Amino acid sequence: MTSTTSPPTAGRRSDGPPSRPAPALRRSGRVRDRGASRVFRWAATGAGALILVVLAAVAVFLVLRAWPALTTPAAELTEKITWLRGADSLAAFVGPLVFGTVLAAALALLIATPIALGIALFISHYAPRRLASGLGYLVDLLAAIPSVVYGLWGALVLAPLVQPVWAWLNRYLGWIPLFGGDVSPTARVILTVGLVLAVMLLPIITAVSREVFLQTPRLHEEAALALGATRWEMIRTAVLPFARSGIISAAMLGLGRALGETMAVLMILSPGFLYSFKLLVAGQQQTIAANIAAQFPEANPLGVSALIATGLALFVITLLVNMAARAIVARRKDFSGAN
Amino acid sequence: MSQRIDVKDLNIFYGDFRAVADIEMAVEPRSVTAFIGPSGCGKSTFLRTLNRMHEVIPGARVEGTVAMDGVDLYGNDIDPVAVRRQVGMVFQRPNPFPTMSIAENVLAGVRLNNRRISKGDAQDLVEASLRGANLWNEVKDRLDRPGSGLSGGQQQRLCIARAIAVKPQVLLMDEPCSALDPISTLAIEDLIAELKASYTIVIVTHNMQQAARVSDRTAFFNLAGTGQPGRLVEIDETSTIFSSPREQSTEDYISGRFG
Repeated sequence: MTSTTSPPTAGRRSDGPPSRPAPALRRSGRVRDRGASRVFRWAATGAGALILVVLAAVAVFLVLRAWPALTTPAAELTEKITWLRGADSLAAFVGPLVFGTVLAAALALLIATPIALGIALFISHYAPRRLASGLGYLVDLLAAIPSVVYGLWGALVLAPLVQPVWAWLNRYLGWIPLFGGDVSPTARVILTVGLVLAVMLLPIITAVSREVFLQTPRLHEEAALALGATRWEMIRTAVLPFARSGIISAAMLGLGRALGETMAVLMILSPGFLYSFKLLVAGQQQTIAANIAAQFPEANPLGVSALIATGLALFVITLLVNMAARAIVARRKDFSGAN
Repeated sequence: MSQRIDVKDLNIFYGDFRAVADIEMAVEPRSVTAFIGPSGCGKSTFLRTLNRMHEVIPGARVEGTVAMDGVDLYGNDIDPVAVRRQVGMVFQRPNPFPTMSIAENVLAGVRLNNRRISKGDAQDLVEASLRGANLWNEVKDRLDRPGSGLSGGQQQRLCIARAIAVKPQVLLMDEPCSALDPISTLAIEDLIAELKASYTIVIVTHNMQQAARVSDRTAFFNLAGTGQPGRLVEIDETSTIFSSPREQSTEDYISGRFG
């Protein structure tokens, strides 16, 4: 590849023309960058560009295919699509789905993040070395379980198991709106979904934050210890601040998975299309991904287009979430420890 | 605010490996004691046993006694965390907390000790500590900026300010100038000369001129060979060590014949 693609100047260079005494010192990108390094540069650039291309392709696909539904008048839409659930426009249809998606993902993140950070800290700073590697391996194994299995487990095992807990919450903490309403006898509710999603998020959040915790410079840990910090104080002063942006990245990776999770939600949740914060009542919320999977087989062309429009909404949510995470990480860049 | 340290029959281990053997010495209060010796002779390892930082390394342990004003730091009822609050430490490479501002760095130790401190007191302490570390004039206008933005020498003085903010009895310095340029080194050495009025200071250095300049007493460590434990060869007044040491190996080392 080098010999065929290198420009003529590079070929002449090896002959060493006498008019240029120190060709190797000349600053010329063409000369310095040849052979394997050129291949690598193009491979790396190509890989980087591929991300943009894929992202753009997905966005274009979503917009093109959603276009019919986006441009059809609301009256025609409700007439042709039977399952719009009484929504009188596309926005009124997408809205509750967006709400349900964000609610389920937020619940999952709220439950998973503290537990995952606890596991990660235990593995990185508390557990004896042999126990730590075994435990880390076990947590990674959680990621290998297919989501359909999580769905089955959630619906058949976890739901009956947590039902009494949910009933208890409803009876004694029902005055909090979140736990109010008629508690579902089957526990196929959004809180159960959040719990199952949380288990699915554990491995990814744990793995990423554990790696970040382990990268805390020994120097900073010793600085804290030498000031008379206990282990927990050392973690608070040196490890957690250092790992802050990594923790946010880990949570966002998890959130991405929770937002898009389909099978587990589909199999557990008894769906509804309301803006409802009632976590223990069946038939209140539904997520975008599960809704697409549920409706897709029977949808007519316009229906498919409407579903893809909901997919576009999910795409936008995910982008916004990631941008927000970046903004949070960048806000205290000076203090990040990267410099 | 400064105390005497008596070390007796001290053996220091990494797992089964005995790194330092049979140390016996006294560190005088309100003075500077320098540890010199070739690499691997265990002087840094020994220094870290004086504030029980040695044992944070997995498998590391210590036998013998280190007594601070008669209290054995390795006694059964002694909390290593409490020891480290009494014995401050400055490391080889400057290590201010990168996630904290300059002022927060100075206050880090005080906040750890769970002392509620009023805003005014905190400001006073920051100023006093930074003045104590000869850094105040350089950073007083940017106390809320990250400590990692300072130069290496300034960072090291910030670390000293952080260490003295908790008012320790003893200040340990593990090659505090080895990562610094000559001007910054001079600033730190001047600072050490001022600090010894109030603290007992122990400094490890590879630089024999530095030991001669800053210390009152000098201890020379050596090891018989790789795999052998390091030993204290002799400790004496710095002027004596550098003019007429008792041991031949000390003279060989300080005159540059090895190491």
